Amino acid sequence: MMRARWWFDRGLPIAGIAGAARLPVSSEEWRQAAEDFNATGVRLLALWATRNEHDRNLVRAAYTMEDRLLVLDLELAGWHYPAIDHLFPAALRMQRAAADLSGVRAMPIDQRPWLRHAGWPEDFYPLANRENPALTEPVDEHYPFVRVQGDGVHEIAVGPVHAGIIEPGHFRFSVVGEKVLKLEERLGYVHKGIERRFSELPLLEAHRLAARVSGDSAVAFSWAYCQALEGIAAAPAPPRAAYLRAIALECERIANHLGDLGALGNDAGFAFGLAQFSRLKEILLRSLQTTFGQRYLMDFIVPGGVRNDVGASTLDALIETLRTIEGETRKLRTIYDEHSGVRDRFAGTGTVAPQLAAKLGLTGLAGRASGQNYDLRVDMPCLPYTEVAPRKVCLEDGDVAARVAVRFDELAESIMLTRKLAKRLPDGAIRTDVPIPAEGRFGVGAIEGWRGPVFVALESGPEGWVRRCHPHDPSWQNWPVLEHAIIGNIVPDFPLINKSFNLSYSGHDL
Amino acid sequence: MWKTLRQIQKVGLVTEAPPSADETLRVREALQQQILAVLGRALCIRQVDAGSCNGCELEIHALNNPIYNLEGLGIKFVASPRHADMLLVTGPVTRNMELALLRTYEATPDPKLVVAVGDCGCTGGIFGESYATRGRVSNVIPVDVTVPGCPPDPVKIMQGILTAITAREKAR
Ligand code: SF4
Repeated sequence: MMRARWWFDRGLPIAGIAGAARLPVSSEEWRQAAEDFNATGVRLLALWATRNEHDRNLVRAAYTMEDRLLVLDLELAGWHYPAIDHLFPAALRMQRAAADLSGVRAMPIDQRPWLRHAGWPEDFYPLANRENPALTEPVDEHYPFVRVQGDGVHEIAVGPVHAGIIEPGHFRFSVVGEKVLKLEERLGYVHKGIERRFSELPLLEAHRLAARVSGDSAVAFSWAYCQALEGIAAAPAPPRAAYLRAIALECERIANHLGDLGALGNDAGFAFGLAQFSRLKEILLRSLQTTFGQRYLMDFIVPGGVRNDVGASTLDALIETLRTIEGETRKLRTIYDEHSGVRDRFAGTGTVAPQLAAKLGLTGLAGRASGQNYDLRVDMPCLPYTEVAPRKVCLEDGDVAARVAVRFDELAESIMLTRKLAKRLPDGAIRTDVPIPAEGRFGVGAIEGWRGPVFVALESGPEGWVRRCHPHDPSWQNWPVLEHAIIGNIVPDFPLINKSFNLSYSGHDL
Repeated sequence: MWKTLRQIQKVGLVTEAPPSADETLRVREALQQQILAVLGRALCIRQVDAGSCNGCELEIHALNNPIYNLEGLGIKFVASPRHADMLLVTGPVTRNMELALLRTYEATPDPKLVVAVGDCGCTGGIFGESYATRGRVSNVIPVDVTVPGCPPDPVKIMQGILTAITAREKAR
């Protein structure tokens, strides 16, 4: 811990989050710090590339330790930097994405593209080249999957378009009989050029894009963006706005957990669960429409605060709805627990043991089901979590059952928390004016969304434009772990295991 | 088991009749009859996320909850384009999904309907057109009906589906 602390102590404060700092490092220090961090349980939050004011390539890695966040800045003389994925496996795809988007390459590294398929030329780097390549006929991509050799091994390929109503992605299973030996994911299908798009937007409008990085985490992303922006502009949202943001965030968590609990029951062959939970979710969404003006809160959080105030009686009605959901969910939990078919499908399926989870950097909800006891709301709280803290939920089993149990526990906890937030909701303004920040400022935001820690790194450009914005979804950490969770399980259990993680494609593909 | 049954009994039937505010919206029976008249059977929909932020998918999912109960109207989601009468497409079409969308469209038997869902599907939305996206769905495949909204609520999506069927009937 001493070694890690030494790095963190040398950082210079960054706007946006109390306890966040940055540290310019040499390439040797970049590698050394990663080694020290790996040895002391410091966690990798994100890795991305940008350019500095001298138009030099810059690679950045954000790490967290206890209540602190450190961004390492590595300026490159050219296009190469030391890889850290041998220490932090989750970094591998982030490094590959940085290579696709900015042209900077980690050495040594898996040199296959990740977000780039066949839609644009290999030497076009969207974040470095401004000129768009000419539009070409769409062609198939020839992605070199890793083959498993051996007697009786065969491959099953699914996607990108799946059977249900889910986002697109490709999964390549190597199986013997029904048993999965290996799963390789191919993602990037919904890459929409979000990071490039950010730099075409004014700072005071780009929260709308942040909210649409992953629609199911609209509140988390728009809040993290606004946190970074308000930090840069030195214009913190008023306390009432912070409380309302937190109520919105907890409702987003509750809504997603309700949806997942129903879908998980369904995947375990218990359609009753889907009917019940989807009904409860609909009741909540309607209540959100009345409370916040939207079923999905894509536009509620704005720079400086929130779009609209919530009156006392409206808030009471929301709390009442949550009380109903609380009671019904408690009953449904007993039904799930007592249903032997459901229990059998959940228990021991898709297990990620705590040790493996720690090594791979499993994060957020799925991490907390595998003994990774981290939650930004408690570890690195911003207002109002500094005043009203949730109880952390953490289990050790690491199977589908544990991921279901964490959802049940967190759902109950979020309802309780919402009640407390509503009770202590301060009077006052809901928005403050955010002045256009000067050029060349850097800020960060980090919010514990329902899936896990959502992170935003924001740089201001000239005349109020975004220079660079990197949004990071916890799915980056957790997608590679899903490849481990399925090993030794049977193919028909994949939908259930996949759903128990419920990772974002859009939030990852950007 | 008895707890499950009690819960089912207590909750009862919660399905709402689709609202009739819009000309294109019919009451439940009428909608079902209309589908039967046009297709002679249930309407089969294949959903394709061609680049959405996943917000639209959440509302499409809601169509199957007991309150909207789309299946009760004789509309169901199917796993293969070969069994589909309609494609429900979301998102700005990404370059990386363009081919998959084209292939899904080609695999859907004629006559087929396409409904583009969400601001992104209608116009490209906030993502627009870029090196990574082709923008609106109609830039890639022919679209019959567009359902704006970000995301559009389930009633609007139902309305869009119905409008597409009505339009086809008129075209006959
Ligand atoms: S219309 Fe809105 S909700 Fe739908 S995909 Fe686009 S951004 Fe997401």
